[in-house]
Amino acid sequence: MTRNSINFIITIVIAVILSQFLPWWSVMVAGFVSALFFSLKKAAVFVVPFLAIFLFWSVYTFILSSSNDFILAKKISTLFSLGGNPYLLIVVTGIIGGFAAGIAALLGKQCSLLVKT
Amino acid sequence: MKNIKLLTTLVLTIAVFYGLNTKLGAVPPIGKFLNPANGVWQNETNDVIDGTIAINGLNATVTVHYDEQLIPHIFAENETDLYRAQGYITAKHRLWQMEFQTHAAAGRLSEILGEVAVNYDREERRRGMVYGAEQALLKMMDDPQTSRFLEAYSDGVNNYINSLDESDLPVEYKLLDYKPELWTVKKTALLLMYMTKMLASRNHDLEYTNILRKFGKERFDFLYPDFYEVNDPIIPKETDWSFIDTEITETPQSELPLDSISQTITKTHPDNGSNNWAISGSKSVTGNPILANDPHLGLKLPSVWFVMQLSTPNHKTMGATLPGALGVIIGFNEHIAWGETNATRDVMDWYKIEFKDSKRTHYKHDNQWKPTTVRMESIKVKGQEAILDSVIYTHHGPVTYDHNFKSDNAKSGYAMTWVGHIGGNNQKPFLDLNKAKNYDDYLNAIKHFSAPAQNFVFASTEGDIALWIQGLLPNKWKGQGKFLMDGSNPEHDWQSFIPQEYNAHTKNPERGFVSSANQHPVDESYPFYVFNDGYETYRNRVINDFFRSKDKFSVEDFKALQNNNFNLKASELLPYIFKTMDASSLTSEEQLMYDQIKSWDFYSEVDDLAPSIWMTWWHKLYKLTWDEFEVEDEALSTPFTFQTIDMLTNHPEDEFMDIVSTEDKETAEDLFLITFKETVKELQQWKSEHGDFTYGDYKAAFVGHLLQALPAFSRFNIPIGGDRNTVNAAAKNHGPSWRMIVELSTPPKALGIYPGGQSGNPGSKYYDNMIDDWAAGRYYTLNFMMNVNPEDSMSTQTLIPSNQ
Repeated sequence: MTRNSINFIITIVIAVILSQFLPWWSVMVAGFVSALFFSLKKAAVFVVPFLAIFLFWSVYTFILSSSNDFILAKKISTLFSLGGNPYLLIVVTGIIGGFAAGIAALLGKQCSLLVKT
Repeated sequence: MKNIKLLTTLVLTIAVFYGLNTKLGAVPPIGKFLNPANGVWQNETNDVIDGTIAINGLNATVTVHYDEQLIPHIFAENETDLYRAQGYITAKHRLWQMEFQTHAAAGRLSEILGEVAVNYDREERRRGMVYGAEQALLKMMDDPQTSRFLEAYSDGVNNYINSLDESDLPVEYKLLDYKPELWTVKKTALLLMYMTKMLASRNHDLEYTNILRKFGKERFDFLYPDFYEVNDPIIPKETDWSFIDTEITETPQSELPLDSISQTITKTHPDNGSNNWAISGSKSVTGNPILANDPHLGLKLPSVWFVMQLSTPNHKTMGATLPGALGVIIGFNEHIAWGETNATRDVMDWYKIEFKDSKRTHYKHDNQWKPTTVRMESIKVKGQEAILDSVIYTHHGPVTYDHNFKSDNAKSGYAMTWVGHIGGNNQKPFLDLNKAKNYDDYLNAIKHFSAPAQNFVFASTEGDIALWIQGLLPNKWKGQGKFLMDGSNPEHDWQSFIPQEYNAHTKNPERGFVSSANQHPVDESYPFYVFNDGYETYRNRVINDFFRSKDKFSVEDFKALQNNNFNLKASELLPYIFKTMDASSLTSEEQLMYDQIKSWDFYSEVDDLAPSIWMTWWHKLYKLTWDEFEVEDEALSTPFTFQTIDMLTNHPEDEFMDIVSTEDKETAEDLFLITFKETVKELQQWKSEHGDFTYGDYKAAFVGHLLQALPAFSRFNIPIGGDRNTVNAAAKNHGPSWRMIVELSTPPKALGIYPGGQSGNPGSKYYDNMIDDWAAGRYYTLNFMMNVNPEDSMSTQTLIPSNQ
């Protein structure tokens, strides 16, 4: 298993667990922690946790929304000027979560370097 | 280098956290909001409710059956449990709305919405809304039974609020990033004030004063007659009033202050009104009385109504409730059915106050300087410091207008006297109606109802029908309260109230039906002073003519009448226009449209073009007729529709017909032609942009979310005919907010529908599921459950005492 996939899986696992009892920023914690212990290189530092949380949030929202015929997703999509398209809103949700996790991972990476020296 | 990177990523992380965790302008805190684990995605769910929930304070188990419209049918062992469950269940579906409406009533919207709502909030404080609610609460809590039920309801709501975690909050809380506060009995009082304001605060006293000063008394009386020649009052004309032995208050010899007022506080919607009627068994095809009611209010989501069945072993009641108030407001039980329309009486008057000096600690009354009191109103504003507004109170009421608010004189002001400030236990009448078994129970129930005065229609399985115009109504001297009055003259105060038993009413009238549509309550023979301050002049005649048109009526007739789009108003003006307007100058395009409206049958149906022409034409014609009233710095109100049409047809050369901005002297015929040509232009323009102007598309009716019709949560372009003056009073964003028909069989059979849905959650299919059927004139059979375990329940929830 590559370090990338370990980080990917660990980020998701931490995020899923923390989401049970922490607010939305649990994904930032997940990105931060996995970067701290499974530090990656270059763009992967951001991209891997980004993709991990993107996957987590978009799959989670898809499951929630599809079981209710996307009734609310369509409305929130209209609210955000996304043309009432629920899938676009799901993608945006994934991006928001992924972005937050990725940024926190950048900080995690820097902290891990601090520990090593 | 390392440190810089660390610092950069740290700052970046904090910035991202802050940016996604904070509400920025209208954008919700986006990370929090979109978080699938407890953000808005958690509201993506239908309301399927079952299982068992423990509720604090219940005495016994309560069963709640939901039917296929998500109407809860509550079966409790006693009334205290019943209202506790009503609070819990209502909050479960409508919590955000309950809180929002009571915040609106209390002038607290700035707390949620920020600075944009400050002016609104100030008006509500200066209207004395909270003061009025406090007065009402004193009277409600004075009655042990009412207070026990109010507390139980409040606890039920709070039981629900306390059970919520972040992810369960209604969407609107997440969107605006705030949390619900606990419910209180005061909030129920505030909701009743909200309704009192909606229905019993409209007046034009200050505008009339300006008109009187500007045009003189003769012209005023001509424009605003107390009675119109055509009047089909609520209480039949032939009613004998000789049993009334109370005198009308004598008119004092005194002068009115003819002040000039430039701006007045926001008025409620002029179309707030309703229809109701009932026929006796002798006029009914089945021999059972039938009753109908459809209140016309702003079309909102979540709807102002929430339908429920409320049952104990002693009574079963079903109908429309108001989220926040106890019991059924418009509905039926096993024995009776009842409904309300607005009585539209003038119960808000204005007094000029003369202060002793600019400190305003004393005001003049009865040749003395009497002390004022001050109510400090603190308006919390989201993200800002609170705004303080000191409102001065006199014995008349709050000095709404003073040099701090819409006025500039430091030594005078205008105080409001309003029946809404007197307070009353207006919850109890409904609780009693819910259990009423016959006419006497109905009368005893409504007797103490003070505001907003309503036309209470009634029918019973025993065969009685009745209609009482009930409210606390001042016994005014002739002309009292039409204009600003002298606040220092005690004779200008309200002297007394009409004794309750002399409120206008009718029971089992010979004609076999009772009806009301916000028209004049009585004719001139009623001994107390009543003047036309905006009474309805069209729907009522269509309704009464319908019931005079044949011998027997059925539920189908009732449906047809509630959905009747006959435009009596258009039918009383257009033939005159066709006869008198010189059409020789019309272009071929104009002629085509003229032919279209000439061939109209006066039914405002969605597929026709003519009603769109009428709607546009009338709007322009009305505006141009009263161009004299478009002045800045002077609050004026234009005369009512009926009088306008009377002017156009009977006084076509009156000076008001002249267009002020032209040199020529115009007559009504000129106005017809000018506005018709403009109408054609406007409709051609519309057609080039949107296609055919069929009425449904052109009117574009909508039901708007309570947050300023937030488009994502509203429904647009609803195909429904009619306009504000048809029996089906469906205007663009206003209309029949609940349609109910009850046949008083044993047990009663009822139909009902409203433009919304039972759920307040925009993510639920029950949020707006009734709208299409409502627009199409369809009804749902209300499933009046006779026992606690019906088979046709969609789901069942059991509420158990939490200490079990």
